[in-house]
Amino acid sequence: MGRVVFIRADGVKTDTTAENGQSLMQVARANLVPGIVAECGGELSCATCHVFVDEQWVSLLPPKSEEEEDMLEVAAAEPTECSRLSCQVKFSPDLDGIVVTVPAVQ
Amino acid sequence: MELPNIESAGADDRVVIVGGGQAGAECAATLRMLGFAGPITILSEEPTHPYSRPPLSKGYLLGDVTSTDLYIRPPATYEDQRVEVRLATRATGIDRDTQTVRTDGPDGDDDVSYDWLVLATGGRARLLPDARAHAAPNVHTLRRLADIDEMRAQFTPGARLAVLGGGYVGLEVAAVARKSGLDVTVVEAGPRVLARVTLPVVSDFYERIHKEQGVDIRTCRFVDSVEVGADGRAVAVKLSDGVTLPIDLVVVGIGMEANDELAHDAGLAVDGGVVVDEFCRTEDPRILAVGDCTRHPCAQNGGLRRVESVPNALEQAKVVAAALTGNARPYDAIPWFWSDQYDVKLQVVGLCPSHDEIIVRGSADEGRSFSLFYLKDGAIRAADVVNNPRDFMVAKKLVAMQAEVDTSRLADPATPLKELLVAATAEAPGNGSRDG
Repeated sequence: MGRVVFIRADGVKTDTTAENGQSLMQVARANLVPGIVAECGGELSCATCHVFVDEQWVSLLPPKSEEEEDMLEVAAAEPTECSRLSCQVKFSPDLDGIVVTVPAVQ
Repeated sequence: MELPNIESAGADDRVVIVGGGQAGAECAATLRMLGFAGPITILSEEPTHPYSRPPLSKGYLLGDVTSTDLYIRPPATYEDQRVEVRLATRATGIDRDTQTVRTDGPDGDDDVSYDWLVLATGGRARLLPDARAHAAPNVHTLRRLADIDEMRAQFTPGARLAVLGGGYVGLEVAAVARKSGLDVTVVEAGPRVLARVTLPVVSDFYERIHKEQGVDIRTCRFVDSVEVGADGRAVAVKLSDGVTLPIDLVVVGIGMEANDELAHDAGLAVDGGVVVDEFCRTEDPRILAVGDCTRHPCAQNGGLRRVESVPNALEQAKVVAAALTGNARPYDAIPWFWSDQYDVKLQVVGLCPSHDEIIVRGSADEGRSFSLFYLKDGAIRAADVVNNPRDFMVAKKLVAMQAEVDTSRLADPATPLKELLVAATAEAPGNGSRDG
């Protein structure tokens, strides 16, 4: 278990508690974080759970699959090096305290 | 568009949601996200908190996904958000005069009063006319978690499975069954699989893929009877062409029927679904409906439609939550769908029954990736995209703007779709490059 901080596009922060193995998308939904739409429920079909991971955490994440890369490239908000689909990032103890920003559009 | 005067919920009003599927769960959550603090109750027939259904016929049946993963939100979230969830509780009637719902739950009958009632009753699997067949423990339908739990125990390598119905559900089950080593026959009454949802080029593609994966597909045949042995188990399926298929299990995937009886019995209009307007309102201003159970106006093509899809359920839930919190907006999102079979991901955006031109991008006859675009009066109105999420995301935008593009370039997979989008955006009215 540990902490995940979601920052909304308008700057409002939501501090949440995550279980190991939970995806960041699931954590966001459990805590009613607005802006994580997750239409497909984590089946890599919609790119509506896009987040920007704070730079210091990016290197700790497992690499993106080709499918995730493809989806991100055409996400509604312009992707950056720090973009991930939150359904593909599972929480683990080394991510305790991770900060992610939710884009204004999905 | 001028919005009609839509009443919003008072701060202490009680919202009762009938149905604990994706639409009902999302409606409750969105109400809270939009700041509604009044009492919310979800009445759900299911014994478990709301879960996501799409993975049932895919990852959950395969065993890759656990039932905990399926939760739309963890059960604790409802408690944290003061959303009362009454499980294993059926709504048996609505009294519109007293604004109460009669329920039948684990603690017996109860009357639940509402200020606002949201019908999110979803649908049920359509059954074969022969009730005896469905009583057999090895004849399954697929709608609920429990259906999969029963079926999965019989998904053993070498077992002979007959899938009745070549729609999305049937084909997804066939794909999982092949992956699990079952012997699979798909029986479809129509001339091709997926006939209700797509054109022959896509149907032919899926028939080829399934045949390559070892599925026996038999179209133009319906089921005469399911033969049941002395122990009550189904032993064979007899087809209209006289062929008898010995089987170990049967999955019936012949469509969904909307649960609209509650609305009908309350005197509300139904038409193979609860009839609502673009704000998801029934004729009773205090009763709304969302998701698979609704027959609602199609913002793209006119007329009324019923759509079985998660994005539709989510959008309608948001439309209701917006209306109840004083931010009414009509439902005009373009529906989209997806289906995963083997390594083939189909993504569909838009519905355009009245297209007058189709463009195939790539080859449907070989390989496992191509797209089909539906045009009307030169504008892109819908697309079926196979194994190309990148193109799908662009296709969604092209469909949303009803883009008019160079069709020879659209047909050419070497032309990045994004280029067509950029060109179409520059051409679009309001962007200054073209008058009027």
